[in-house]
Amino acid sequence: MPESVHHEATHAGSRSLLKRFQGLPNDSPAKALIVTLLVCIFASVIVTGSAVLLRPQQIANSQLEQQRQIAEILKGASLVGDDLRTIQTDDLEARVVELETGNYVDGVDPATFDRTRLVRDPAHSVSIVPAQDLAQIKTRAKLAVVYLLLRDGKPQLVVLPIYGLGYGSMLHGFIGLSGDTETVIGLGFHEHGETPGLGALIDDPAWRRLWSGKKVWAPGGEVGLGVARGPVVSGTPEARSHVDGITGATWTGQGVTNLLRYWLGQHGFGPYLNKLRKAAR
Amino acid sequence: MTDFLNLFITSAFVENLALSFFLGMCMFLAVSRRVETAVGLGVAVLVVQSISVPLNNLIYKTFLAEGALTWAGLPDMDLSFLALITFIGVIAAMVQILEMTLERYFPALFQGLGLFLPLVTVNCAILGGSLFMVERGYNFTESVVYGFGSGFGWAVAILALAGIREKLKYSDIPDGLRGTGIAFIVVGLMSLGFMTFSGIRID
Amino acid sequence: MTAISSMRKAFVDPLINENPITLQILGLCSALAVTKTVATALIMSAAVTFVITLSNASISLIRRHMPRHVRLILQITIIASLVIVVDQVLKAYAYALSKELSVFVGLIVTNCIIMGRAEAYAMKNSVRLSVMDGLGNGLGYSWILILVGSVRELFGSGTLLGMEVFRTVSAGGWYEPAALMLLPPSAFFLIGFLIWALRSWRSEQVEQEEFQILPSAESEDVA
Repeated sequence: MPESVHHEATHAGSRSLLKRFQGLPNDSPAKALIVTLLVCIFASVIVTGSAVLLRPQQIANSQLEQQRQIAEILKGASLVGDDLRTIQTDDLEARVVELETGNYVDGVDPATFDRTRLVRDPAHSVSIVPAQDLAQIKTRAKLAVVYLLLRDGKPQLVVLPIYGLGYGSMLHGFIGLSGDTETVIGLGFHEHGETPGLGALIDDPAWRRLWSGKKVWAPGGEVGLGVARGPVVSGTPEARSHVDGITGATWTGQGVTNLLRYWLGQHGFGPYLNKLRKAAR
Repeated sequence: MTDFLNLFITSAFVENLALSFFLGMCMFLAVSRRVETAVGLGVAVLVVQSISVPLNNLIYKTFLAEGALTWAGLPDMDLSFLALITFIGVIAAMVQILEMTLERYFPALFQGLGLFLPLVTVNCAILGGSLFMVERGYNFTESVVYGFGSGFGWAVAILALAGIREKLKYSDIPDGLRGTGIAFIVVGLMSLGFMTFSGIRID
Repeated sequence: MTAISSMRKAFVDPLINENPITLQILGLCSALAVTKTVATALIMSAAVTFVITLSNASISLIRRHMPRHVRLILQITIIASLVIVVDQVLKAYAYALSKELSVFVGLIVTNCIIMGRAEAYAMKNSVRLSVMDGLGNGLGYSWILILVGSVRELFGSGTLLGMEVFRTVSAGGWYEPAALMLLPPSAFFLIGFLIWALRSWRSEQVEQEEFQILPSAESEDVA
């Protein structure tokens, strides 16, 4: 059987050098060092090579994933008006918003906006006091990217990124609202680590569909949206803003309710939504 | 404080590395025939886990994470793809150092643990602990709590299994299930039992 | 033994007779953790088979020059590099699945099958035989994973590879999914029963009893 393929020796310089290398006892320090070095060089070449070559593809993937999620939410856009039935993600305009004031920020490119990096940076994030931290995220970035559809200067619909703690894992998703911020178009979580078959049903299309048409605000003006405990009876006041709870996933449902209250509330997108509502009139 | 207590309970019981993430399973089944050896391995895992998770956290935060090398003037560097190979290296080196330190200064302890330390290097519960630390973005203090909690949970689980298996020796088990087969069933039942911890949260 | 038949043996043995999971009890973490769906089981199988074949090949290639006292760390380096490559490829071309597999791709590094085969087989045998052994062990691991994955997905969510087989109650059908199938305990039970079945078929795999229970005095005539 051909076993004489010592490939790491092939690029050693002269023939005599190769002979001397092969003649060294395996446990001599010199040979151990050379073999280790060669293995390391070989390993680092393939590791770095694959990481560098595949990087663009990986970045494109996570953007594609977001696009897919937003497209999913836009399926409910006909709620706002029949003419919106066919809109695509490309029709939306990405804008950067300063959460505290609700103003648009120019000079930050939404395409390269990286929330996870900003959250870690104290200069670009604020810490949330525990009493207000409904979503259990501890800190949030000062800025956020929203996706907006304008017609004649009036907001038709907006898609907001939301995230927070479910049952033991972070839920990342988007919520789409009508331009007057009154009605939910769609809601979905594209990233979570909830229990399969139970909490993980939050990305089940059937459950996601329940959200479209729900009213965002309670009669008192605060956030009314939420997940009920158990099924919601249609026609009752609860059915106005609540969707059916998922059996066996009370904590997940509670987490969704809490993170919605946080992100749509005054500490989250509240100021921005106020401005949007005025603009829609 | 309650945050840390919750993290401890979650990592030790609710998300027990052995019983709900199946980590370190090979060793979990192989070294749980007798309580004595199970204690040795359990403690070794607890010790190594408590040190390696925080240590890897420091290394990850200072060198590997995206933007971590800002202090060296390289703000755009992202070496996180090297995490895996770095962690396994750190773990292997640490186990080696621990072994030598114990042998030199605590020979009595070395007698008990020495045999198990090398095994710990290839125990996926240890590497898994560090990888989960990155995936969940724990800060340093959290990683200390998580390392200790998850190591503790693994040790408790293997101890419990060894206790059960020692008793099982005296039972009449169908031929095909004897040994490994019945161990799987027992671990399944234990994991079912541990599921009852889920939802525990201290406010 | 001829070269062909020893190659066949290296390949076929790990499939059932020396199966890494049911007999050698190696590489369990991933076997249990990634079998909630067939798709994750398939990807994991492919990843492990790829890594074990290449690691066996490259370790066997340099086995005569491997310094004895640093061989373990060199083996880990080779395996870890291969795993990183797999991880990067998955992140680039199977993004959703790689997120679902989370840390378990990385944990292939400590998958004892790979280290075990490197140390026990590739260090002693030719490149060709090592490749066959790697493929055999990879496939022996794979069929168990895929079998367990199919059972769990079929009964846990009524689908196979995401396609509907049993129409579930929530979708207006008749099947109430057994949620337990998707939870950790069921993976243990299934592998336990699988071992039982395999050993009932191949009785030479049954483990010896540590104790022989003596017949009790009452039921036996004591002469």
